[in-house]
Amino acid sequence: MPSRRQIFEARQRRRANLIAAGSTGAVLLALIVLVPLAPGWEAVQRSFFNGAVFAKTFPGLLNAFLMDIAIFAWCAPIIAALGLAVAVARDLRTPALYPVKLLAIIYTDVFRGLPVILVIYLIGFGIPGLGLPRPWNSPYIWGSLALVLVYAAYVAEVIRSGIESIHDSQRAAALSLGLSSSDAMRFVILPQAIRRVVPANMNLFIALQKDVALLSFIGPVEIFRQAGVYKSLLANFTPYVGAALVFLAITIPATRYADHLMNRQRKARS
Amino acid sequence: MPTLVLNNVQKSFGTNPVLQGIDLTVTGGQMICLIGASGSGKSTLLRCMNLLEPIDDGTITLDGVDISEPGYDPQPVRQRIGMVFQSYNLFPHMTALDNALLAPRRVHGTSRTELEPKVAELFARFGLADRMHHYPDQLSGGQQQRVAIVRALAMKPQIMLFDEITSALDPELVGEVLDVLRQLRTEGMTMVLATHEMGFARELADTVCFLDRGRILESGSPEQLFGTPEQERTRAFLSRVL
Repeated sequence: MPSRRQIFEARQRRRANLIAAGSTGAVLLALIVLVPLAPGWEAVQRSFFNGAVFAKTFPGLLNAFLMDIAIFAWCAPIIAALGLAVAVARDLRTPALYPVKLLAIIYTDVFRGLPVILVIYLIGFGIPGLGLPRPWNSPYIWGSLALVLVYAAYVAEVIRSGIESIHDSQRAAALSLGLSSSDAMRFVILPQAIRRVVPANMNLFIALQKDVALLSFIGPVEIFRQAGVYKSLLANFTPYVGAALVFLAITIPATRYADHLMNRQRKARS
Repeated sequence: MPTLVLNNVQKSFGTNPVLQGIDLTVTGGQMICLIGASGSGKSTLLRCMNLLEPIDDGTITLDGVDISEPGYDPQPVRQRIGMVFQSYNLFPHMTALDNALLAPRRVHGTSRTELEPKVAELFARFGLADRMHHYPDQLSGGQQQRVAIVRALAMKPQIMLFDEITSALDPELVGEVLDVLRQLRTEGMTMVLATHEMGFARELADTVCFLDRGRILESGSPEQLFGTPEQERTRAFLSRVL
């Protein structure tokens, strides 16, 4: 037998759900009815939502997306390793290693301060311009390097914020046992810091997955470039919509997962 | 037997003087209790003994060696002087056993297989045999604090410092931690405690020191200090806490 409160709350919930469903339906209906009434709708439909073009180009787009995945796959581990190294370098306290620390600071400042596309252009066109022999003039190498340099700077900052979020009492406890500073960092601080920033780093890697498309500007034929090729061939923009769908299929679940991790962490800490 | 001697130890944080000339001798096998109000300098004094805080002036000598000299390597000192904190400070990403194994493995380079039985014995001695493989957040406060003591003991220190180790515990868990201290006392461990447990200090301490505004205002045997305190401030403090 439900209590008075349970009955009341169930009725409230039903009411709220009904209103939400009703208003969502009304908005959808308005869009479906009103948008096609726009004067240019038929032209837009033909050039952006063309079923025939979509069916013809989508397999090719998926195929080109494998290149995006490959670039992501070789960049991500390098970014993680470099980001970690830079984060630790920024925390160095040994005077003799000050140049390393300074370099790490300059590096993060510079690469976080530049638009990604600019770095890709400068490195992607600049270094092959030195007239290096094959394969060292490949835009894949230098484009990837540009992504690595930019994203490792962001990852380094995220990891550093994680290091700073670990209470100093943990370091004190480690030192009080006779551990060295570097052991305290390696075994006590870093493992906790890295765990804490997993969700934030996931968001960075989702952004990286999208920014791989920027490499198309210096040559590699990945999904965005491939969509451009189809657009020119068929004089139709539908391939771009197809490419957008492919990106969303990856990024939406990944973002949701990162959110889920972040919520779980917040609950665990409260 | 280790001897730790503090001579005119001074320490300030910014313009705030926390220790203003502390003289104290800790001899092997002794148990010294530091009592006094919050902010009187008890915790800072313990952190200075373990070289977690550098002192501004005065000297600290361990077996005749001046360990407070600027630039002196603190690591070997800390291996000889263990410390337990009020808030346990266990490493949350490791099991209780790994908490205790980390320092001996890294510092002495002993292998895990060689260490594990010895450390397991320590856990068993303090009633934690069935908690070794738990993570800190799966343990009660009293259990966590006992693990923290085992972790410090695993380094085989000659002196143990305890910084108000029962202050963060629920009242019903204080007893199990104090029992561990009693056990260490009977084993002859040299100990310095900052504590608010007056009954405990009275029962077990060799010397009780009353700290007030960064000075040891009065010290003596428990009978003397609790029975016939000489200083007005000591009497006032004791009448508030007893």
